Amino acid sequence: MVRPGPCQSNLPWNRGLWGLICLDELKSVYWAPVRRVAELAATFALVFVVYLILTAFSGEIGLWSREELIGGAVVSILVALASFRLLWERGGWRLLNPLRWVMFLVYLVGPFLLAMAKANLDVAYRVITGRINPGIVRFNPGLKTDAGRTLLANSITLTPGTLTLDVDDETGDFYVHWINVRQVDPKPEDVCGVFPHWVKVVAE
Amino acid sequence: MIGELSLAVAAAVLLGYVLVCTLRLAIGPTPADRAVALDTINTLVVAIMVLLGAALNLMIIMDVALVYALLSFVGTLYVARYLQEGLR
Amino acid sequence: MNILMYVFLAVGAVFNGLGAVALHRFPDVYTRLHGATKCTTFGSIFSILAVVVYGAARGGSVGTSMVIRAVLALVFLLLTNPTGSHALARAAHRAGIKPFRAVVDRLEEVGK
Repeated sequence: MVRPGPCQSNLPWNRGLWGLICLDELKSVYWAPVRRVAELAATFALVFVVYLILTAFSGEIGLWSREELIGGAVVSILVALASFRLLWERGGWRLLNPLRWVMFLVYLVGPFLLAMAKANLDVAYRVITGRINPGIVRFNPGLKTDAGRTLLANSITLTPGTLTLDVDDETGDFYVHWINVRQVDPKPEDVCGVFPHWVKVVAE
Repeated sequence: MIGELSLAVAAAVLLGYVLVCTLRLAIGPTPADRAVALDTINTLVVAIMVLLGAALNLMIIMDVALVYALLSFVGTLYVARYLQEGLR
Repeated sequence: MNILMYVFLAVGAVFNGLGAVALHRFPDVYTRLHGATKCTTFGSIFSILAVVVYGAARGGSVGTSMVIRAVLALVFLLLTNPTGSHALARAAHRAGIKPFRAVVDRLEEVGK
């Protein structure tokens, strides 16, 4: 199956300087070792930062003790060696862009939290009245990357009346259990509102 | 002082909910129902551990909660796989 | 600060309870997953946010490390809970459990 080139989307942060940094462009054989080392280094940095956050306030070197720093480095390099191949496939570099993190936080505290509160009141209503009209519907939001599909599937699961059952890897079709079916063949907007647009901005 | 007490009371309330879920775990007609109940209990246990860690001022319980959250997720995935294709 | 913590604890307790009750009120696996996943995720988030508020009010190195661990636990729950429920729902469907009184079942029609 053909996936779109990683840095060719029209979003502003895929152009300009970030387009130069984005290592997905380094496809040729000569660049393969550079790419491999860069992937390993980025994975190590991510894991080590999480370890440092978890063990803050343990000693005197900065905030950390010497044992935690050495042990954390050893563990991080082992984890990075084991997992760096998996992490950066299919456009994972795009998720390192800080602008996307900002958009993700805006998405999280804005439309997502609102929809989640609504979802809980909806469940409360159905628990009390017992009024359901369930079914499994199919729609295609047109997402290409793994990260985007995962984000949308999880968002759908946590928002009113819907639960993702399956995602077709080839076509990107979503199969969703809908607790109150209004249309047998819905458009993406009927099931999950503005989420596909947000997910495209955050993850694609 | 009163803050710690309220956290502990909240943890006790969540423990009551765990008992309610255990009922579904016991009577659930299909294995899938039991798996759903177990998943719910796991989430509640993580919340209870975080609340108790703050109430008793024991940081180690919160570390256990983090590990429990990740391991219970892996456990749920394996249960799901078992439901899907049986013991292979 | 204290008031905020009590509000979060109360909201968390209410929605977690809703999730536990939903396990008994709904008729089949999929609808139970709806209730259980949404409500316990939302409720646990608020319970953990109460701990974040408590740790922030307490301050110092103990309070800050409390906040760090609570926030990490929140992130893990938010990531793993919907994924786990999705895995369970898909496994249940592939194991052949029919949705209760479904008006339409597109996944069955595809035959996977």
